[in-house]
Amino acid sequence: MTDITTQQYVQAGREAMKDDILQSALANVQGRLGPGTQAAYRNLPEGPDLRLKAHEIREKTINNLDIVLETLADTIRKRGGKVFFARTKEEAVAYCLKVAQANKVKQVVKGKSMVTEEIGLNKNLEAAGIQVSETDLGEYIIQLAGEKPSHIIAPAIHKTRQQVGKLFSEKIGTPYTEDPATLTGAARKALREKFLSADMGITGCNLACAETGHISLVSNEGNIRMATTLPKVHVAVMGMERVVPNLEDHEILFRLLSRGAAAQKLGGCVSYIGGPGGPDFPDGPEAFHLVILDNGRSRILADPAFREILCCIRCSACLNACPVYGKISGHAYGATYCGPIGAVLTPLMVGMNRAKDLCLGESLCGACQQACSVNIDLPRMLRELRFRLAEGDPAWGTTPVSRMERLGYQGFAFLAGHPRLYGIALKLGAVAEKLFPKNKDMISRMPGLGAGWTVSRDIRPVSGRPFRERWKSMDRKN
Amino acid sequence: MTCDKHITLFVQCIVDGMYPEAGEAMVSVFQGLGFTMDYPPDQTCCGQPAFNSGYRSQARTAAKHFIKVFEQSTTIVCPSGSCVAMVRHHYPELFQDQPDWLARARAVGKKTFEFTEYLVDVLGVSDLGASFNGKITYHDSCHLLRTLGIAKQPRQLINSVKGARFVEMTDSDTCCGFGGAFSAKYPDISTAMVKEKARNILDTGADAVVGCDMGCLMNIQGYLNRNNHSVRVMHIAELLACREVQS
Repeated sequence: MTDITTQQYVQAGREAMKDDILQSALANVQGRLGPGTQAAYRNLPEGPDLRLKAHEIREKTINNLDIVLETLADTIRKRGGKVFFARTKEEAVAYCLKVAQANKVKQVVKGKSMVTEEIGLNKNLEAAGIQVSETDLGEYIIQLAGEKPSHIIAPAIHKTRQQVGKLFSEKIGTPYTEDPATLTGAARKALREKFLSADMGITGCNLACAETGHISLVSNEGNIRMATTLPKVHVAVMGMERVVPNLEDHEILFRLLSRGAAAQKLGGCVSYIGGPGGPDFPDGPEAFHLVILDNGRSRILADPAFREILCCIRCSACLNACPVYGKISGHAYGATYCGPIGAVLTPLMVGMNRAKDLCLGESLCGACQQACSVNIDLPRMLRELRFRLAEGDPAWGTTPVSRMERLGYQGFAFLAGHPRLYGIALKLGAVAEKLFPKNKDMISRMPGLGAGWTVSRDIRPVSGRPFRERWKSMDRKN
Repeated sequence: MTCDKHITLFVQCIVDGMYPEAGEAMVSVFQGLGFTMDYPPDQTCCGQPAFNSGYRSQARTAAKHFIKVFEQSTTIVCPSGSCVAMVRHHYPELFQDQPDWLARARAVGKKTFEFTEYLVDVLGVSDLGASFNGKITYHDSCHLLRTLGIAKQPRQLINSVKGARFVEMTDSDTCCGFGGAFSAKYPDISTAMVKEKARNILDTGADAVVGCDMGCLMNIQGYLNRNNHSVRVMHIAELLACREVQS
């Protein structure tokens, strides 16, 4: 996705909250996967603390990323694969196009991949006259609908089977049905033909292993196995942080990935891809390319306060636990990554001011960290983003978000440091609030900052006798 | 002042200004346990609102004031999980580059306790002789639950109240949508969240919803009142101070 609409967070969220079908789909996916994932963590032989161990593994890898990536590139090349380090999304797209053109590619089949969304690959391939087919069922649905994923691993959760039935009858000529099995069968038939005629497969990468020089991909539909083995060329695109140094670490993260993603012990189909086929191993593609994408990640790596976000393995467990995501859905975040991970990552990728609502419009409840398969402290980074937005940060090109708000908090700090004036301010507040309209002793309408609150809620007025005064006259035994 | 059965009251600003009866209830609970108390009159706000909104130097001003006011105390007890989380966990973050203040912040953090945590974990009591006629449900406040890890203590206390029938609500640990400034700045999202919370409360058929953080309870009460629901909203101290005659 290259159209960034982060400024429409509030408006888009409001629209999503009016959509009853979407609301029940979100409640369903969160109700199922949220607790399911917690149970899956609890049922690990090592217990849920394996997440803490995984965090250590990720942190260590990220701290040594240059070395680990160099090793990965070496081992992949030794296996006959090609490696390209793309600094920007433009470089990544250009490389994919170059490979496609060199191989006279007319048809591409894709495995589900958020990183190719991030670089806007599909539309660039299409502009070059190449037909692109998404092969993950959810991605296929939204590609037919001309929409964008609303969830990292369940991209079409915002669509009902009725909508899919209608879509299939319009776009691929399937007689209208609401039966999921029949619809899946229709997609399967259409996609089988694509797999057999495609000359290039493009996928993301769940994890790459530096020690072995392989990449791993998980799917529940088997489409990735076909997309990576049937066409003669396979290009995998990975964010530069999605690497592990060795198989031991790989094993731990892989187990957590599926639990975080879908409360599964392991996804239905797992592909370990070790480069192109050859005389001794005829099953692979003729050529294998790995594109390792930076696209702003080095900048994040360079800021110690945000480096931790690179530990993310995109399992999407945080989406399934976040009460804000559960209301506003994925599209409201206005960029590739949504939910709590998007709320931290997007401001760092597209600009903090541009994406300020994503990190300010969260309640800091911490459910995301509790759900995270690698225990990333997302609330800490949300607060860090707020700090940069409050103060401004030239290193990130961030300007202070509100002079008025700053003034307000300066006033707050002054009162907090001056107890007598603080007490007087309470008194004045209590007097001023007598002017506001009431509903059963509670204020029902307030101006200014309080207006947002009283849209839907009443509020207790400040007491004429706050605790600090009552204490003086209280019967106490000191 | 430093005898065993003495605590210093740290009364959250929302309780102080808007819900003083919750503070009085806490005093009466400790009186019932034979405690003496002091209330440093210079206390104001711990600085959490500024900290969560990103205004760290302003939060630091409030934090320094707090430390100066409370560092002489032996045991500090507060009827709010999020304020204790602020003092215990976020003050050290605020002062990571100021070693002298960091040490003072850590020292204060170590002796600051949340109300139910202090009763159950430190004092080892759960039956305070309270009685209440009716059905009660409990809301887990986010920072209380996830930053301080407090979940069983309040439940244990509620279960010891005579006449109270405790019933868990669905998703008791899901955020009510308060989130401080978030609730006023993003009212649509916040409202959708509190609406769901209210529905889960009402579905239990409880007479009262109890919690340990007045911020969340203020949000829940505000929504219930606006929609004319009669469920009582109580700070847990109020429940524990309750002496209702059994019917």
